[in-house]
Amino acid sequence: MALEVLLWCNAALLAAGAAGLLLARRQGATPLVYGASLCITLVALVAAVVSLLAPGSLGATRVLPVGLPWLGAHFRLDALSAFFLVVINLGGAAASLFALGYGRHEETPGRVLPFYPAFLAGMNLVLIAADAFTFLFAWEFMSLSSWALVMAHHRRPGNAAAGYLYLLMASFGTLALLLAFGLLAGPSGGYAFDAIRQAPPSAGIAAVVLVLALIGAGSKAGLVPLHVWLPLAHPAAPTHVSALMSGVMTKVAVYGFVRIVFDLLGPPAWWWGALVPLVGGITAVMGVLYALMQNDLKRLLAYSTVENVGIIFIGLGLALAFEANEMTGAAALALTAALLHAFNHSLFKSLLFFGAGAVLTSTGERDMERLGGLIHRMPRTAFACLVGAAAISALPPFNGFVSEWLTFQAILLSPALPQWLLKFLVPAVGALLALSAALSGACFVKAFGITFLGRPRTPVASEAVETDRFSLAAMFTLAALCLLAGILPGYFIDALAPVGQALTGANLPRQEQLDWLTIVPIAQSRSSYNGLLLFFFIVLSASVAAEVVHRFASAASRRSDAWDCGFPDSSPATQYSAGSFSQPIRRVFGSVVFRAREEVDLPAPGDGRAARLQVRLRDVPWDVLYAPIARLVGFIAGHLNRLQFLTIRGYLTLVFGALVTLLMVLTVWQ
Amino acid sequence: MILDAFVQLGQMMVVLALAPLLAGYVRKLKALLLGRKGPPLLQPYRDLLRLLRKEVVLAHSASWLFRVAPYLIFAATWVAAALVPTFATGLLFSYAADMIAIVALLGSARFMLALAGLDVGTSFGGIGSSREMMIASLAEPAMLMVVFTVALLAGSTQLSTIAAFMQGPGVGLRVSLAMALVALVMVALAENARIPVDNPATHLELTMVHEAMILEYSGRHLAMIELASFVKLLLYLSVIGCVFAPWGIAVSGQGLAAYLGGLAAYAGKLAVGGFLLAVFETAIAKMRVFRVSDFLGAALMLGVLATLLLFVSRIA
Repeated sequence: MALEVLLWCNAALLAAGAAGLLLARRQGATPLVYGASLCITLVALVAAVVSLLAPGSLGATRVLPVGLPWLGAHFRLDALSAFFLVVINLGGAAASLFALGYGRHEETPGRVLPFYPAFLAGMNLVLIAADAFTFLFAWEFMSLSSWALVMAHHRRPGNAAAGYLYLLMASFGTLALLLAFGLLAGPSGGYAFDAIRQAPPSAGIAAVVLVLALIGAGSKAGLVPLHVWLPLAHPAAPTHVSALMSGVMTKVAVYGFVRIVFDLLGPPAWWWGALVPLVGGITAVMGVLYALMQNDLKRLLAYSTVENVGIIFIGLGLALAFEANEMTGAAALALTAALLHAFNHSLFKSLLFFGAGAVLTSTGERDMERLGGLIHRMPRTAFACLVGAAAISALPPFNGFVSEWLTFQAILLSPALPQWLLKFLVPAVGALLALSAALSGACFVKAFGITFLGRPRTPVASEAVETDRFSLAAMFTLAALCLLAGILPGYFIDALAPVGQALTGANLPRQEQLDWLTIVPIAQSRSSYNGLLLFFFIVLSASVAAEVVHRFASAASRRSDAWDCGFPDSSPATQYSAGSFSQPIRRVFGSVVFRAREEVDLPAPGDGRAARLQVRLRDVPWDVLYAPIARLVGFIAGHLNRLQFLTIRGYLTLVFGALVTLLMVLTVWQ
Repeated sequence: MILDAFVQLGQMMVVLALAPLLAGYVRKLKALLLGRKGPPLLQPYRDLLRLLRKEVVLAHSASWLFRVAPYLIFAATWVAAALVPTFATGLLFSYAADMIAIVALLGSARFMLALAGLDVGTSFGGIGSSREMMIASLAEPAMLMVVFTVALLAGSTQLSTIAAFMQGPGVGLRVSLAMALVALVMVALAENARIPVDNPATHLELTMVHEAMILEYSGRHLAMIELASFVKLLLYLSVIGCVFAPWGIAVSGQGLAAYLGGLAAYAGKLAVGGFLLAVFETAIAKMRVFRVSDFLGAALMLGVLATLLLFVSRIA
């Protein structure tokens, strides 16, 4: 039933895309397409939530007579799909609601409207695909439709290059997944997931498939060093699409990894549990350090997505390590932590991108150095973004803390792992996770503080106006969910139980009957957390303190100039800027991680020039990995270029030579 | 249950009442060590009352966040302090937050404080916020590593369980614990803006961090922030006492005598801790702000090493 609803939703989304194509130039096309997307994703969301909460309905399959003639298109709805469908459609519904307001400012709706529903449909199809061909087809469909959206504003500087890089990396990732599925299907060519599950590959092939899946899904999710396209492409798209790409599409990539590695690949080897968390830990720290160095609000958010993907992969990797050692309870904990973080990240990252979009429509600026003081002009947006910033910085009582707390609890279970490499590695990964959590706090103090607080740095910032009510509705819905998932995490953990059961064969204890809705992942004496009580206590003691102080002490206040140690300067340029905020952290980490160089040009006394400070940051993965590859490709292409200008005799000789060589290879082979 | 509720309530009041005294005590000791007479012990209370009675002067560019932040900072710090066993375990709500959550609660308070520093839009506020977050970006992971070490030994992240474990016979002297203690002390110095990381006594110095953030605050807002920082100092001393010197903590269900004994032991621990802090602060010079990363990096490495030793020494 639910599967049929979802398939119809996909068809409806594609129809909405077609309508967008036909009506793009008409008045009213924008609300029509986004309104339709909102309704359809809400229906799909309800279907997914219902099937996740009533596990009896899971496991439905459907084969449609499209696709490869001997295969058909298999679709299946299981617990894992249902969970990710919730994530995708919740994010999709929020983005559509936001776009009802934001999309009105679009200059070229014809470049956005047809692809937006198609992008949503592509992501939904990936999640219910149950054979390799349908999966890859939907994956490519998702990639290409999102590429079209990245290229919507292709004339702006940098966007075309970002789109090109995205296309390259997406194709590369799909190639890796194609090879992975080829190996999984084996010589018999059983491309349906059921057939793959029944014939798990040998250990050697499984190892290759793991690496390929890590590359294929990791390049889409943004694992370091495959992340280079992400901070360029995600911000280039219109903001509601950026939110979808960062908040939601990366989760489809996580789904792809989980589907292949946890579901199709059979029992894991222990070293998978060393490789994946290490990659995740490095990704988390590198991502947040890069994010800290950005002055472009949307790019900062995109880099922070890299960080959060790293945290998710830490959890997934720990789950693999536990599963390989048959500690199923711990594996369920780590997996739950990872999936909960995926859900949480989709909430607050979409919220923050919406905030950036609201700022962008209101001021036309993404550069934080030209913003400031927006809390006075856009108080509602600022409030919603404050909630998002606190949530993404993993601060209690919001939701980001819950999933990181669960990940820490999983790490604390890992001394029981017998392998020595893991014993050395897991504490290091724990330290990386702790570091990234603390750095993300600094990152979002900067993002929120420089953008919304202080004094306006430019006239556009001082004349900003509050955004429209659709955008605000989308932001406040997500902010409320961030708080709700933070103070009532037990219900969300319980909802994930069927997923853990299906993939690890174990479950966390049921949380909902516990007193006061505390969460206890292992045992009461070991660890427990209660966001509801903390929230209640903080609110209570803050209001009691405020009440007591105002009633019994003094409630008088007056406005005056800022004190600033007696030398207030009225120019807003004397405030701390985004670059100066991150300077201490750049000095501490930058010289190693980015090879940061600061050049100070201080004119001699009497010289009238302005002093200059120039900072150069290098992207190390780019320098080490990508630049040499690009040079190599350029070199080979330059030399092969000669083949274009041969005579007809030359071409015939070449063909003949190739034929002879192939025949000889064939002879030797047999 | 009723008793636990009383202990919980009593603890909340005790930390609030004792925190300014501890600050006054440390100031007095430092003054005596420097050969000065120093302010009276009760001076912090008088300062707080004076500030509370004064009117608040807000900058024109201050937003609502600036006015709400002091209460939230105070509330988060107070709630965190209320969940650390001081004189008795068996707090009614101790299950609401384990040690990781307490660290994160302090992180919430710091997040608000750093934002408040940026709110008015002055250069001093920005410098304070930016440096505070740099310090926190190293101090918080170091603290979490200490938590890991202790939690791995005790098999729990709940502070009550840890305290009970540390009182038991199974602890013994361990290298990991020693490293964790050193790391924790270093983190505590940094987090409470003490010498050698920051100087709580200065107000006009380019290296100041905490004071720079709260430069624009006045009146009752400043009082709340000052009180929160007093409570935070008390909290860190309590954590050190509860984990590394758990002697005398009353266990839930024991008689009144045990609670009184617990209170006396707690007062003794605070006196010793405050004395050591004063001696240390007098003996050492403040370091340059960019040396702080070496200092806290060492704390982080100690914490990682302590955790690593535990991982490796546990043979399954």
